[in-house]
Amino acid sequence: MNFAVLVFPGSNCDIDCYKAVEDTIGQPVDYVFHTATDLSKYDAILVPGGFSYGDYLRCGAIAQFAPVMTEVRKAAEAGKFVLGICNGFQILTEAGLLPGALIRNNSLKFRCHQVDLVVENHSTAFTNGYAKGEVIDIPIAHGEGSYFVDDATLQQLKANNQIVFRYAGDNPNGSVDGIAGVCNEAGNVVGMMPHPERAVADILGSDDGVRMFTSVLNAWRERNGAASVR
Amino acid sequence: MKAKVYVTIKENVLDPQGNAVQGALHTMGFGEVGKVRIGKYLEVELQGNDRAKAEAQLKEMCEKLLANTVVEDYRFELEG
Repeated sequence: MNFAVLVFPGSNCDIDCYKAVEDTIGQPVDYVFHTATDLSKYDAILVPGGFSYGDYLRCGAIAQFAPVMTEVRKAAEAGKFVLGICNGFQILTEAGLLPGALIRNNSLKFRCHQVDLVVENHSTAFTNGYAKGEVIDIPIAHGEGSYFVDDATLQQLKANNQIVFRYAGDNPNGSVDGIAGVCNEAGNVVGMMPHPERAVADILGSDDGVRMFTSVLNAWRERNGAASVR
Repeated sequence: MKAKVYVTIKENVLDPQGNAVQGALHTMGFGEVGKVRIGKYLEVELQGNDRAKAEAQLKEMCEKLLANTVVEDYRFELEG
């Protein structure tokens, strides 16, 4: 299974994502620059965190028009697996690949600490290794992570089971309905503010993020008829 | 031609920055200050003098990039 980790000017979690793929599932992974115009060899695309284009205008606003995003749209439509983490989530919402928007934390503070997340949807490509309702320990690190959708869209998200993660207990940023991650209707595109790639070994404080990576490998193997791994 | 573009946060969306500024103004003694909302102001220079075309282009710029219409409203004025 081939992974692409996108690199925009200002990405700073690209190395973490790359290493997480190497260390958790040992699959081939490449850095792919924002100018790339062909992603056809990749089965999964990781859009990493950071401050793409300096977060000028809005987080993710300028990155959505990078050449590589045309290919990400194609990949998403083709059912390939796309995961946006933190700034990557902001980019996917700006690009219209995921619903909603991410605005300034209600505390106005950059929140950087571990949080407990409830796995609300364990049927996406990236969460099939978790149990529904399981609480996992994953760090957040963002100043603009307050998820907003209007009431009508929120009802749609609930009806379609598109809320993937919620914050358990304290809502660290004022997100509507405590939402920490969502997916598209098909479930192949997932975005989340917390950083699973920073939670892949006990020494990092948690290894609860490992199953995001084993999940997508399983999803890919199931789709391609190969034996599933645990 | 020059366009002035105003991007503002929708009424139903929280503006924590505006709230913080409101609090600061109260602390300074401006007790009469009600709600404060922070937005963005952009000046865009455009070539040519076809106003209808410029307006259509500005609308597209706002819809696609300058505003995120999930959380923001926009309006613009065309000068010259």
